[in-house]
Amino acid sequence: MSATLQNLVNQPYKHGFVTSIESDVAPKGLTTDTIRMISAKKKEPEWLLEFRLKSYEAWLKMDEPAWPNVHYPKIDFQAISYYAAPKQKPKLKSMDEVDPELLRTFEKLGVPLHERMALAGVAVDVIFDSVSVATTYKDKLAEVGIIFCSMSEAVLDHPELVKKYLGTVIPTSDNFYAALNSAVFTDGSFCYIPKGVKCPMDLSTYFRINTEESGQFERTLIVAEEGASVSYLEGCTAPAFSSNQLHAAVVELVALDNADIKYSTVQNWYAGDEKGIGGIYNFVTKRGLAKGVNSRISWTQVETGSAITWKYPSCVLLGDNSVGEFYSVAVTNHYQQADTGTKMIHIGKNTRSTIVSKGISAGHSNNSYRGLVKISPSATGARNYSQCDSMLVGHESGAHTFPYIQVANNSSQVEHEASTSKIGEDQLFYFAQRGIDAEAAVSMIINGFCKDVFQQLPMEFAVEATALLSFKLEGSVG
Amino acid sequence: MIYQDSKILLEVNGLCANVNGTEILKGLNLTVRSGEIHAIMGPNGSGKSTFSKILAGHSAYEVTGGTVMLEGQNLLDLAPEERARAGVFLAFQYPIEIPGVVNSQFLRLTYNTVQTHRGKEELDPLEFDDFVREKMKLLEMNPDFLERSVNEGFSGGEKKRNEILQMAMLDPRLAILDETDSGLDIDALRIVANGVNQLANKDNAIVLVTHYQRLLNYIVPDFVHVMEAGRIIKTGGKELAFELESRGYDWVGVEHKAATGAAA
Repeated sequence: MSATLQNLVNQPYKHGFVTSIESDVAPKGLTTDTIRMISAKKKEPEWLLEFRLKSYEAWLKMDEPAWPNVHYPKIDFQAISYYAAPKQKPKLKSMDEVDPELLRTFEKLGVPLHERMALAGVAVDVIFDSVSVATTYKDKLAEVGIIFCSMSEAVLDHPELVKKYLGTVIPTSDNFYAALNSAVFTDGSFCYIPKGVKCPMDLSTYFRINTEESGQFERTLIVAEEGASVSYLEGCTAPAFSSNQLHAAVVELVALDNADIKYSTVQNWYAGDEKGIGGIYNFVTKRGLAKGVNSRISWTQVETGSAITWKYPSCVLLGDNSVGEFYSVAVTNHYQQADTGTKMIHIGKNTRSTIVSKGISAGHSNNSYRGLVKISPSATGARNYSQCDSMLVGHESGAHTFPYIQVANNSSQVEHEASTSKIGEDQLFYFAQRGIDAEAAVSMIINGFCKDVFQQLPMEFAVEATALLSFKLEGSVG
Repeated sequence: MIYQDSKILLEVNGLCANVNGTEILKGLNLTVRSGEIHAIMGPNGSGKSTFSKILAGHSAYEVTGGTVMLEGQNLLDLAPEERARAGVFLAFQYPIEIPGVVNSQFLRLTYNTVQTHRGKEELDPLEFDDFVREKMKLLEMNPDFLERSVNEGFSGGEKKRNEILQMAMLDPRLAILDETDSGLDIDALRIVANGVNQLANKDNAIVLVTHYQRLLNYIVPDFVHVMEAGRIIKTGGKELAFELESRGYDWVGVEHKAATGAAA
């Protein structure tokens, strides 16, 4: 790799700073007492405590998954603090009441809560560490019957809805990290779109891990009733720490008849330094249930951060004619490892799914696509199209593709395409000969490579994603 | 065309260069004045294409001696993109494909980058569209081609037209056309040559690197140089090209050897 290319790829993490706000941190370690403490702190109803304890029991009997193509030292789950909340936590009526230090943090992250988001028409439910700080636009959304609030509030204000859907898409014992999350989740977002309502704006959440060595266990639940539709944006950044932090979120989506949920993520957590020290472990379970006929679940993700990513946003296509989509850009650099992809489980008749995955690996990183397309006997006439493209930057990085295809009827159609390419010195020379420097060239090549995915992002996110990739990797297509 | 009192645009003196430790250029001299069209001819492996890439600053080649001045500026001190902005344009022999990058966006970025460097206004996408479509007429190009990925799936002729289109847009001081005639059928050759002829003026200069005399029927050079073993061993007018076409290259080498042998 040329020196310019190397420099571009090695730009330091811009969002590496720690906000000095007093935190209310639980002692390290996990026991039933910890769970009772979290539940009590959040004044939860008895059924939710039961849910947590049941999950904990299941978790104790499970082992960490060993099959992903990632390598890291064993995690000591007793060395993690399972609860951290900014200490002063009064109910806030307006943004003016938010701690200025906090606001400055968001400012640095480019999350101008105040006016820019308002002008952009985005309601932001800000998660700072584990507690929801402010919810904007709540009233406006409430007019059309939309509930958009933190999970903690939802548990208290809408217990019947939470109880009805929580854990129905991802059972508490689904996998090791989902079980852990179900036991100790602290906060997250809840979104309910009633029958026939098209959500008038994109809903957005920014996550930020701020307390060193505190595990983050977000829990998000989105329910779209019959004929409802919503576009939800999740953006993540985190400050630079030298020790690894675990993030094990769970996101559940439920779409009933003719409902439509679009979930977009831009993830830029601290990925560790250029030697692979530090960074977030991102072990996330995301799944959408296309429960009703003609329902649609669409995942779009731009993964640029984390030391290790283990994430497979999936669709269970239960309703007849339901549609599942997965559009992904995963970028790894230095010693980052990503094992990410999707699962499309076709159960209903004439269900359709599309997978477009773009992996970019630079430095010494390893980037794996792992995807399952499963067509059940009942899913007659089902169709899937998968496209997995990898781009290599430099000579030390790795790209891997693990497609799993299971078809159990003979009226379905499955297509899989894959390609591997490299950003070559000759491409960069061509750009240079036209006056374009390596940075701009890489940006253009990467954006071209990721175009199919970026087109799926809401406008403001597409801009952010483009900038982020230019920043992380613009010259890493080799 | 040779103009009275025209300025020296490019001056190459004793240029030596290596690739992977092998000496490719061995003391090349060349002077190009503004307004002139030069043809560099020579057998395969004589170093013609290498010379054009070195002028553009390709990193695979190591310059080991000599100087290259463009309008008084030491070209060898400049990065490839700086040379391009200073007015050096290379039409590639094999333009590389850049999948996923839309041609119109690429063309606008390169145009605006060079314009900015010249202290001129950038064009927004709509203005640029008008501008580039006008230039495309010169090369009889189908507008569809703006929406395709850069050079991806282009025929040989389309790639070469895309190169000359960029030359037309960027208005370089020194245009080096590396084997632009290769891969062109007779109609495409006529169109491309016609485009180049319209772009030639008294303020710029064109260096044609070519193997065959064919191109020179359409773009008439003021000077023809013969390259062999990394240097220019003979220079003449356009009639030299015809002589090369009928007699081949060997005699030039023999003559050169005799002359230099006699001098020694």
